Amino acid sequence: MGRGGSVRFWIFGSMLLIGVWGQEPKSERHDEHGGGSNVSGISIVSLEWEYVEPPYLVALWILVCFLCKLVIEANHHVTEFIPESALLICSGFILGGMIWGADKVQTFRLTPYDFFHYFLPPIILDTGYSMPNKLFFTNLGGILIHAIIGTCWNAASLGLSLWGCQIGGAMGDLNVGLLQYLLFGSLIAAVDPVAVLAVFEQVHVNEVLFIMVFGESLLNDGVTVVLFNVFNAFVTLGGPRINAAEIIKGIISFFVVAFGGSLVGFVFGLLFALLSRCTKNIQIIEPGFLFILGYLAYLTAEMLSLSAILSIVFFGVCCQKYINANMDENSVRTMKCAVKVFANGAETMIFVFLGISAIDKSIWVWNTGFVLLTLLFILIYRFMGVFFLTWFMNLTRLVPIDYTDQVIMSYGGLRGAVAYGLAVMLDEAKIEEKKLMVSTTLIVVYFTVILQGVTMKPLVKWLKVKRAASAEKTLIEKVQNRAFEHILVAIEDISGQKGNNYLRNKWFKFEENWMSRILLRPSVRERQDKVFNVFHQLNLKDAMSYVVEGERRGSLEFIRNESAFVDFKKKFGEDMTMSMPDIMADMSDDRSAASSTRKESVPSVSLEVHEQAMRGTRAAEGLDSHHLLQQHLYKGRKQHRHRYSRSHFDINKDENEIQEIFQRTMKSRLESFKSGKMGVAPPKTITKHTRKEQQQKVRTAQTLTQQSVHPLEKDKIPRCLFFPNPTLHGKTLFQDFRCFTRFFRQVYNIQAVKKNLTFHFFWFQLQNKKSKSRLSGDEDFEFSEGDSASGYDTSFPVRGGYRPGAGIENPAFMPDVDLPLQIPPWLEDVDSVAPSQRAQVRLPWTPSNLRRLSPLRISTRSSDSFNLAEAPGDHQDDQLPPPPTPPPHRDGDVV
Amino acid sequence: MGTLQSSAGHPLYTELSEKTGFSAEQIAVLHKRFKQLSHNEDILRRQHFDEIPDLSCNPIRSQITEAFFDKRNFSRSNEGKVNEIGFEEFLLVMSHFRPPSQSMTQEQRENVRREKLRFLFNMHDTDNDGTITLEEYRHVVEELLSRSGALEKETAKSIADAAMLEVASISVGHMEPDEFYEGITFEHFLKLLDGFEIESKMSIRFLNVDATTLCK
Repeated sequence: MGRGGSVRFWIFGSMLLIGVWGQEPKSERHDEHGGGSNVSGISIVSLEWEYVEPPYLVALWILVCFLCKLVIEANHHVTEFIPESALLICSGFILGGMIWGADKVQTFRLTPYDFFHYFLPPIILDTGYSMPNKLFFTNLGGILIHAIIGTCWNAASLGLSLWGCQIGGAMGDLNVGLLQYLLFGSLIAAVDPVAVLAVFEQVHVNEVLFIMVFGESLLNDGVTVVLFNVFNAFVTLGGPRINAAEIIKGIISFFVVAFGGSLVGFVFGLLFALLSRCTKNIQIIEPGFLFILGYLAYLTAEMLSLSAILSIVFFGVCCQKYINANMDENSVRTMKCAVKVFANGAETMIFVFLGISAIDKSIWVWNTGFVLLTLLFILIYRFMGVFFLTWFMNLTRLVPIDYTDQVIMSYGGLRGAVAYGLAVMLDEAKIEEKKLMVSTTLIVVYFTVILQGVTMKPLVKWLKVKRAASAEKTLIEKVQNRAFEHILVAIEDISGQKGNNYLRNKWFKFEENWMSRILLRPSVRERQDKVFNVFHQLNLKDAMSYVVEGERRGSLEFIRNESAFVDFKKKFGEDMTMSMPDIMADMSDDRSAASSTRKESVPSVSLEVHEQAMRGTRAAEGLDSHHLLQQHLYKGRKQHRHRYSRSHFDINKDENEIQEIFQRTMKSRLESFKSGKMGVAPPKTITKHTRKEQQQKVRTAQTLTQQSVHPLEKDKIPRCLFFPNPTLHGKTLFQDFRCFTRFFRQVYNIQAVKKNLTFHFFWFQLQNKKSKSRLSGDEDFEFSEGDSASGYDTSFPVRGGYRPGAGIENPAFMPDVDLPLQIPPWLEDVDSVAPSQRAQVRLPWTPSNLRRLSPLRISTRSSDSFNLAEAPGDHQDDQLPPPPTPPPHRDGDVV
Repeated sequence: MGTLQSSAGHPLYTELSEKTGFSAEQIAVLHKRFKQLSHNEDILRRQHFDEIPDLSCNPIRSQITEAFFDKRNFSRSNEGKVNEIGFEEFLLVMSHFRPPSQSMTQEQRENVRREKLRFLFNMHDTDNDGTITLEEYRHVVEELLSRSGALEKETAKSIADAAMLEVASISVGHMEPDEFYEGITFEHFLKLLDGFEIESKMSIRFLNVDATTLCK
């Protein structure tokens, strides 16, 4: 955790959790440590508690907070109704109660120093880094209006009203002046980004509404800081000495603080983007720059007394595009994960400690009038402010914000730890009622986070607020979106208006011509296009479906044994769609298939791995199926580095790989299809070995093994990924095929060693895409006959790699034991390269599919090279093989 | 502002206002722009559009320009192209980009959405046969993507192909091997863009105030 050494809660001495054995040796230990000379002899084991105390406590607290979250999240029924943040605060109450019970004094609390220096930055960095930029800037006007005017309004109205109430005698005898009320108003006026994010994340409101509330909560920090500082200064100065000059200075300082802070972040962001152009050689630590530079941006702004939150937000917003493009895919993934780890961890700690801080008799001062009036005014003025400002904005908005959205915006004005931190920072010497203010702030925080948080979801449902629309997932939507942009600009041009689209277009041009040129690595620039990305993903998906198709036809039946089934529909269908909409989009290559795949059951092992790997990564770059496929399919070209190397990943990735996949697949399949006539029938060579071997085998084993390898390696993948064009058989085919055999051997090795885990994982990915049908037994038999003629069995590497007993318990595999352990020579043989005819039967996304886009090609199947290439035993027609009866052995337990 | 007030009562404007939904002020502004584009004539031709400097770098300007001369966009029953349009046609095409007003019923909203999508569809469907064929779609995608220069034609083509395959799989689901996907029909088109917030994506704000002096 980045903020190691952070939580300095040990200041007050005793500690609950380790107290029992921690306190006893304290005194002597200290001596020993201070001067080693006193030690009379060598002690074999000594307890150095003092020495490790601070970091130990920090680590322990982090652990405790994480465990709290673990417990809370264990039960989804509860989190469905009560937001996690509220539950965390409650668990903080319990922990605090335990400490209080043990120590009779609150030892640990959230100090503003820790909060602002260690907890807040990672959270804000995360929001900045993963900010939906387009959405944010489209609504920037509205956000700014709410953040600036809204916050000022809240602060002023609250302060004045409370003051008025005091004069009216509503809260008894309090020694608080107008300025102090305004100061209190300013610290509690700001909507808190942490609280808002925590609640709104679980309520999936539409994105405009979300960005309005969330953006406001981020950007109002500038206002809060200024208001707080100004009023703090005024309170110090005292009423009479405030003159117009001071007030004007206060207003100026607002602009300096807000824009200065943003500027600092901007500069750091650009620096980072520039830096990321040349971090290729230190790939392993390049993700670290994000955190270091982000933190520096934050601290620099803090140092210059500018708005630190704004600084780090704009740091993230401005660098995200460039670093994501410049850095290696792995680094990006690492950053995305790590930033979430820190942010989520910090958030957890904040809420727990907000709870703990409350259990402390010394901070509570109660004044019913003050507390209740504050709550009331906060709510009322928030509603008034939002409705008025939105009404004003709606005058010019293209799509007006309707009333239900406004209600949610008002109701979503949650206050949080920022307010609490500021309240604690008040100077008691100047403000007599500091304690009252702190406790009122706490009450307000609990009220908004817990009560409003809990009621938010029902309210959203009840008001039928528009929910979040699904992100663009299909290629056509991306393309269409692009078209929209241009159309709008054109219409504005024609109608002679200078609207938002005009400005946006200008910005894009500028960005493309200047920023990208300077900040992006040249090699990356062309890959920038989003449409291109989707296309890329589609291609990978296609490749995967080749494999799946193969699998559907017969291999690896043994993996899908019923005993290992889990309730996958639920897990996959719900969890995944919720957390990773993008992945779902990735995987569903057509909707019908998607719905059926989700119901697909899968071995539990793979699910586990799968889920773990997916969580916290974003789909496109995430460790999703494509990536996996990519990694595996290309093994042949990768060199393995030493695993102990600290500065490199173990896999040396060929830069061109991605490029290659993506350039080739679509194109090649079209090409190959066009040039169908030129397709050469695959070499058919049979080595004698094969035949012999095969005959020795038990029939069932034979079929099974065939199944298990067959579809994958044969030519589905090589054809789709390696082959630019099937007409180039000959040498290319041979080489590619060699790679492929190697790859396959590796897969199987892993399987043997790791008890199928990796392997399952791999296959699981493929299965996701699988259409429902099972492979057919009869088809298989048909196959084994046809294939033995084509030398099919010879080349399959499983046997070479398979080590008996190492992990497969499937009885079906037992017959393999007698096979040679080393790779038989003929595997490396040219002759063995012959792709199986069988594998060519029907490729899922082949040209034969493309052919259906009718006007382009007048389809006749005869023009399909694959079909042509089918030589003599072409038993296939375009029909899918009938769903087969599963082979007898497959109920053996694999996992 | 003086001109606006004087022109607001123009009988032609009130008639047009009923037809297109624009306010009289907006019509006045657009009329001025129309005159500016047509060099004070009553009709607008294609070359007038080519003269708009801001438009010249738009990758799909030809499609957009064509949309203004497409009969389908201003009268429902007709089809085919015209060579020149008057102010009324100009306004009718423009009115496709009017933002929906707040007081609309759900049904009206749906209609507006349909209208907008129809416009978009027509833009793609150049030969007006009711489907966007692969060739037509490809054409648009190519133009859209080739602008940056980073993508070769070949890639743009395959993207269009991929998109088309995707469309086929979404709208038809599983196809029998001997089936063909003819192209995107309007119904499919609606289905495809179902999740789209067309209201914001195909609307611009028409100002009441004259800003044409800023444009060339």
